Amino acid sequence: MEFSIYDFSTLTNSIHEGLSNSFSPTWVMIIEMSLVGLAFLGLFAVLGVTLVYAERKVSAVIQQRMGPMRVGKWGLLQTIADVIKLVLKEPLMNRQADKLLFGIAPFIIIIASFLAVAAVPFAKGLHALDFDIGILYVSAVSSIGVIGILLAGWSSNNKYSLIGAMRSGAQIVSYELSVGLSLLTIVVLSGSLQFSEIIESQANGWWIFKGHIPAFIAFVVFLIAGTAETNRGPFDLAEAESELTAGFHTEYSGIKFAFFFLAEFANMFIICAIGATVFLGGWMPLHIGDLAGFNAIMDFIPPIVWFGMKVTFLIFLMMWFRWTFPRLRIDQLLKLEWKYLLPINLVNILLMAFIGLMGWHF
Amino acid sequence: MMSIIKYFKDIYLGVKSLLTGMRVTGHYFTHPKEIITQQYPENRDVLEMFDRFRGEVVLLHDENNEHRCTGCSACEVACPNGTIEILSKWEINEEGKRKKAIDQFVYHLQMCTFCNLCIKSCPTDAIVMGKDFEHAVFDRSELTKILNKPGSKLMPGIK
Repeated sequence: MEFSIYDFSTLTNSIHEGLSNSFSPTWVMIIEMSLVGLAFLGLFAVLGVTLVYAERKVSAVIQQRMGPMRVGKWGLLQTIADVIKLVLKEPLMNRQADKLLFGIAPFIIIIASFLAVAAVPFAKGLHALDFDIGILYVSAVSSIGVIGILLAGWSSNNKYSLIGAMRSGAQIVSYELSVGLSLLTIVVLSGSLQFSEIIESQANGWWIFKGHIPAFIAFVVFLIAGTAETNRGPFDLAEAESELTAGFHTEYSGIKFAFFFLAEFANMFIICAIGATVFLGGWMPLHIGDLAGFNAIMDFIPPIVWFGMKVTFLIFLMMWFRWTFPRLRIDQLLKLEWKYLLPINLVNILLMAFIGLMGWHF
Repeated sequence: MMSIIKYFKDIYLGVKSLLTGMRVTGHYFTHPKEIITQQYPENRDVLEMFDRFRGEVVLLHDENNEHRCTGCSACEVACPNGTIEILSKWEINEEGKRKKAIDQFVYHLQMCTFCNLCIKSCPTDAIVMGKDFEHAVFDRSELTKILNKPGSKLMPGIK
């Protein structure tokens, strides 16, 4: 089996050929789908554990604390212990809860995350679904998650859960617009909704540099709206602890609560991965125009490392936001979207269209 | 027109204040040496409590095993919950005079609220608040302490 860290398509192609030699095409498809599903399950498990640990450490250092230090060296095993605790806990259910909806709500949320992560390009050739409408697909499936949140709040038979869910609904529906429009600003330049083509179009420089000021404004708007989309602080008023206990997942415990928690961190990863792909070139190394020597040095770092570094940077930015800014009130939240982000975004996309039309971008 | 200026001014000021906040937290993040958390059981050997920390009442003794307590019972009177008991005795000093001195300075740690009133009321500054705070014992009677060391005497010149 051939293997190259720079191009995963040789690996995936050899797996495909190996399977095709011994199975019928239907079985090949089923086996490949299960392999991809297993890979994403593994990815989510690793993501959940590492991101929770990272979140706790980053928040601790920002607040001049140390964070988890006891379980394992520097508390490295803390999240694993937490996972074991969550799995062993009893899944409680409210007596008056809507049993069916209560049961399926966590699955809807986690399925939305799985659907969205399928379109994320991790490296060259490491890309489960390369739709020609990738951006549209991601923004469509990531908004399925809000149904899970609304169902969880509704079926819990708890007023705090319902308020949290309704807030979350209003928030996600509003900020979906800004996320979509800020991504469209780059689509104006790249001329394609397909992730692989967007990445290829950044071979001579990332869009955030090539697109001048409008691209930067779109990036900032995307970061703000993306943070809101994942229900993270300072936009975490769906689960505002001090006023709504835990919001829509107040009544959940055990493994179902773990699903909500996992989906939150997985969504953070997905938003950061999409942002890194569209604005920062995805797995494309840092290339400056046609400086062949510099580009060759940058090419030496494998694409998957580039992708990891960019996503880590964006995730760190979101954590930095969360532990710096105070939580918004619901009216401030909607005002920020409808009176500031959306108008700025609309003007920005117009500006970008003009720049694209005149060919002023690099 | 004014409203348009205000709109952009709001955006500018909002972004500026957000960046100010991020600069502060960014400073903390990039300076892990400024972490104020102390890892308690590990740092026992180098642990230093703060000046105003009140751990327990101690009767100070110097190297000659002399203390400054005259047995005036001011602390016993000042104590709101009967933590201190001064058991005094009569002593003959060098001049042949009968003088009151402490026999036992009994301190019931289990009743002490660390209110500092005894230290404030002491006219000769004989007692201070110690920094030791690991007082857990398996038997309650161990918490009743006699603060004057055996054979200790009043420091000369203290009245």
